Amino acid sequence: MAGIRVVHYINQFFAGIGGEEKADTKPFKKDGAVGPGTALQSKFGNEMEVVGTVVCGDTYFNENLDEASKEVIDMIASFKPDMLIAGPAFNAGRYGVACGAVCAAVSEALNIPVITGMYEENPGADMYKKYAYMVKTGNSAATMRKAIPAISKLALKIGKGEAIGTPEEEGYMAKGIRVNKIYDKRGSARAVDMLIKKLNGEPFVTEYPMPVFDRVEPRPAVKDISKATIAIVTSGGIVPKGNPDHIESSSASKFGTYSLAGVLELNADSHETAHGGYDPVYANDDPDRVLPVDVLREMEKNGVIGKLHETYYATVGNGTSVANAKKYAHEIGTQLKEAGVDAVILTST
Amino acid sequence: MIKEIEDVVDVPCVHMCTIVPISLTVGANRIVPTVAIPHPLGNPNLSAKEEYALRKGLVEKALKALTTDVSEQTVF
Repeated sequence: MAGIRVVHYINQFFAGIGGEEKADTKPFKKDGAVGPGTALQSKFGNEMEVVGTVVCGDTYFNENLDEASKEVIDMIASFKPDMLIAGPAFNAGRYGVACGAVCAAVSEALNIPVITGMYEENPGADMYKKYAYMVKTGNSAATMRKAIPAISKLALKIGKGEAIGTPEEEGYMAKGIRVNKIYDKRGSARAVDMLIKKLNGEPFVTEYPMPVFDRVEPRPAVKDISKATIAIVTSGGIVPKGNPDHIESSSASKFGTYSLAGVLELNADSHETAHGGYDPVYANDDPDRVLPVDVLREMEKNGVIGKLHETYYATVGNGTSVANAKKYAHEIGTQLKEAGVDAVILTST
Repeated sequence: MIKEIEDVVDVPCVHMCTIVPISLTVGANRIVPTVAIPHPLGNPNLSAKEEYALRKGLVEKALKALTTDVSEQTVF
């Protein structure tokens, strides 16, 4: 089975180039395995070879989705691969989106199997899981030691042309493909069995899961913005200088509630970012770049808006679980509802 | 967050962010695309005056989003 050529896609961090300050690195390629690719190679033995690695900074990729995809695909194609592996991205949002987008684009352009791995709540998972085998991983790189065997096992199976089992059997996320299967019992009998289990409060597995549409009805527009009180909320981690509530730079366990009374603008002396998922230089230099207090104050003064709500809310959206984000938003929303604001602006980095 | 806030406060909400596909996946109803991940509402390469004008333009767009009725996810 030697000679199965694998190309590996990773970000600037796993390539060892640097963290957020290097997240705008443009795509480049290297022969052979780099970083987590060397761990994959050790699992592949002589059966598959990581012939090349393509690296791209997460910020560069996400800010230039179309262009970056094209550059990355050309580099991947130059290695004449039989398979692409991307990541794993764990719960890194931009990296997950990049891995998913690269997999989807390569699958379409080169028609080869594509595999990636990430945490189920990574936004890249929902966006791209139907285009790639997406192995479920833990939410941080600390789980790399579990992710690599899972990914390499599936990759070897695919590479050797072995039959791939169900998502549950193999540990990847459902791609939404229906497969014919012959059961001993006919459908009506299985349905009755399921119903009885349900009535008895026993666990059962549906054969046809319904899609979850978790949408919120858009609320009607503000009629007269010049009389409206507008609240601002950010997941970009803008906090008063010194981060008094010690909001964590990733996986934030809380949100902060801060007064804007008498604050006409944010500056390097008054505020900073607590966010650990992007290069903080620009936000620390002028926090208005994330939370536009200066502009809203001017609009308030000139009567463009009625009022800027005197309290703002901030958390760090970096590896934050969906459940926690929802919880914080619920508490923030409850306070804003009590305050009677007319509209909300949420800024994200 | 944006969805939950819109649902709880029961007023229009606008999401200002750079990676629009994520906002669409998350389910924001009103979306205003911004400049860059580390500085969504600014651009350090511009002069202070130009940068302020850029930010003002984006906030004006957000106000337009808040004053526009939408029936589905809309990118302004």
